[in-house]
Amino acid sequence: MFKKFSLAALTFAFSATSSFAATNITWWHGMAGRNGEVINEVSKKFNEAQSACALTPVSKGTYEEALASGIAAFRSGEQPNILQVFDAGAATIINAKGAVIPAEDLIIKAGHTFDRNAFIDGVRYFYADSEGKFVGMPFNSSAPIMYINDEALKKAGVEAPKTWEEFEAVAPKLKEAGYIPLVQSQLTWQFTENFFSRNNIQFATNNNGYDAVVDTELKVTDPNLIMMFDKLKAWKDEGYFAFYGAGWNDNQKVFEEGKAAFWIGSSGSFGGLQKTAQMPFSATFLPYWGSIKGAGTNSFIGGAALFAMSGKSDEENKCVADFFQFLTSPEIQYFYHKATGYVAITKAAYELAQKDGYYKEKPVAEVGIKQLLLPAGEWSKGYRLGFYPQIREIMEREYGRIFSGETTVKDAFDTIEKEGNELLARFAKTAG
Amino acid sequence: MTTATDLLPASRGGTGTKTGGRRFGAFRFFGGQSNSGGEGAAKRVQFSSPFLPYLFLAPQLAIIFIFFYWPSVQAIQSSFYLEDPFGFGSTFVGMTNYTDVLKSGEYLGIARFTAVFTALVTFFALSIGLLLAVKADGVIRGNAAYKTLLIWVYAIAPPVAGLIGMMFFDQHIGPIVELARWFGWDIKVGLNYFDTAFSMVVVSVWKQIPYNFIFFLSGLQGIPVSVREAAAIDCRSGFRRFWTVILPLLAPTAFFLLIINVTYALFDTFGVIDVMVKDKAANNPITLVYKVYMDGFRGNDLGGSSAQSVILMLIVFVLTIFQFRFIERRVHYN
Repeated sequence: MFKKFSLAALTFAFSATSSFAATNITWWHGMAGRNGEVINEVSKKFNEAQSACALTPVSKGTYEEALASGIAAFRSGEQPNILQVFDAGAATIINAKGAVIPAEDLIIKAGHTFDRNAFIDGVRYFYADSEGKFVGMPFNSSAPIMYINDEALKKAGVEAPKTWEEFEAVAPKLKEAGYIPLVQSQLTWQFTENFFSRNNIQFATNNNGYDAVVDTELKVTDPNLIMMFDKLKAWKDEGYFAFYGAGWNDNQKVFEEGKAAFWIGSSGSFGGLQKTAQMPFSATFLPYWGSIKGAGTNSFIGGAALFAMSGKSDEENKCVADFFQFLTSPEIQYFYHKATGYVAITKAAYELAQKDGYYKEKPVAEVGIKQLLLPAGEWSKGYRLGFYPQIREIMEREYGRIFSGETTVKDAFDTIEKEGNELLARFAKTAG
Repeated sequence: MTTATDLLPASRGGTGTKTGGRRFGAFRFFGGQSNSGGEGAAKRVQFSSPFLPYLFLAPQLAIIFIFFYWPSVQAIQSSFYLEDPFGFGSTFVGMTNYTDVLKSGEYLGIARFTAVFTALVTFFALSIGLLLAVKADGVIRGNAAYKTLLIWVYAIAPPVAGLIGMMFFDQHIGPIVELARWFGWDIKVGLNYFDTAFSMVVVSVWKQIPYNFIFFLSGLQGIPVSVREAAAIDCRSGFRRFWTVILPLLAPTAFFLLIINVTYALFDTFGVIDVMVKDKAANNPITLVYKVYMDGFRGNDLGGSSAQSVILMLIVFVLTIFQFRFIERRVHYN
């Protein structure tokens, strides 16, 4: 009797453990605060939706820290299954052949179908290889957009500009009305990278770096870009533009306090701005130059993508693929879009949000996605540049010098191109 | 952020000076030994096995080897390579990483700033700490309260000190900025190179004063009353008494603090700088250690940042030798 009973108990225990033995996968990310909480919520939803896989998200600090931890872990064979890598770090991970399994391969291998056209145009190429195959899975995507202080416009009796020419026309009136016409929060992302995308100008040789790492060179001495910064400098001298350094928040604060008329921020700033802005605000696209032929194309996506690290078992890879599928489902995309302000990355999710009436209630939330949906140009698909975080640092340094009067715009871009190209050449050697 | 400094290849240079600090103790011991060599011999026979001393030393040696020598060797090795961060490909480039760094005007500018910054922080932190210690030493009533007030700042972690400092110097709400505006000085931290440098020095000095204060105060209290009284009889000028009697007696403490403060300014101010530049150095001044962090941890250029940390190691090495050879000679321990 006892024997029978214990056998039954044993069988029960065994079956119970086997049915609960989920495959564990980990996800390292660089998000904190509210955005970090949303990641936990998404993971919880995934774990509740199925029982075969158990996903554990781990915050590794900032984007840069997440990438550095991921690299260190990979070198010692302790890499997570999923690593979040930001836009500027994309070249580092994608060019390290063998560090990641392309998301598209992973998903197809797991038996799912993968349709590139299901993704909105602006996000489709940035983390893909030159043939368009998805290497990273776009996750949190944002676009640089222009926020508008509605009170300022009313007081000055002007309309929000679509082009920089229109901005030049309204700036004096805004200044007269007692406002700083323009502030921005990231000159590299908003006025350099996305200057090239919005105005459809080539950023670097070798198809913006997509085709090869060897001999890729920056084209930042483009006369149009120099013109943009000459204008910014002139606007600053005339009081149409104010610059508070490279820190994001120092510049945003002026807008939140209602002192500035326009602020170039991120579509992802929307959630926070709703709480901090002391005046009614709306938003529109990042302006472009009407005088540049072919301008007005979509912007690059900012934000980050998820990469499936190599060196993991098939079982775990299957779970990662399942998670990627789950993540791109319209419901989860819509949830994430609403909770964070990052744009929905699939067309189906965008339609769901439209149908639900979300944009009627919050029109600002739609601006970023609309800008990414604008027709693409030859040069608005993305860029793939090695050591790009360091190149950004050079830009930040030189831009600071331009506005403090230590250098001229022309000299600054000569320096950026020279030092940037040296870094690109060094990067090509590391890949050799 | 302190974890980042700890991870830095360069902070091993910092540990290097700390071992230097330990050597400082060893020097003293050797000094004593030459006077009474027999005592050392007497101690030696107490170990029953010749291996026992090594066994006792083993944990310390293991720590030094694992956390200092081994990573140093790795840093030296990777400084000759250009390496893919994920470890797939690497190219031997000889001295290219070093020549690239040393040819870069940017790097030399950072080195110059680091030298000036270290000199200023060390000088002001030491002199203000000494001044406060001398004054607090003279206070008779309520001296415990004064001392506590002067010491507590030391309990603040560097990044927090950086944060508090940042608030004082904030472009929009900083009280020091408001104050300076009264005198017609518009401080713009993050925009103006000089203003940012100024606030970095102020916050770094402020953070280090209590440490120096504690050591100077205990040094002062270790000076025998009889010596002070004898000096008071011989000389009426308080300043001269301090200069010729008290200060030479404080020299061992001051020398120790000099090394600690130079190390602090070179390495431990990382947290302060990181918070002050808010993750974006742009055209703001930074120190060599911060540059190593930027290139290695943010830029993923392992070869270049290894070369930089080897250069830092050499700087610290030279500095330590200099301090012991030329300055310590003037210090009298007894």
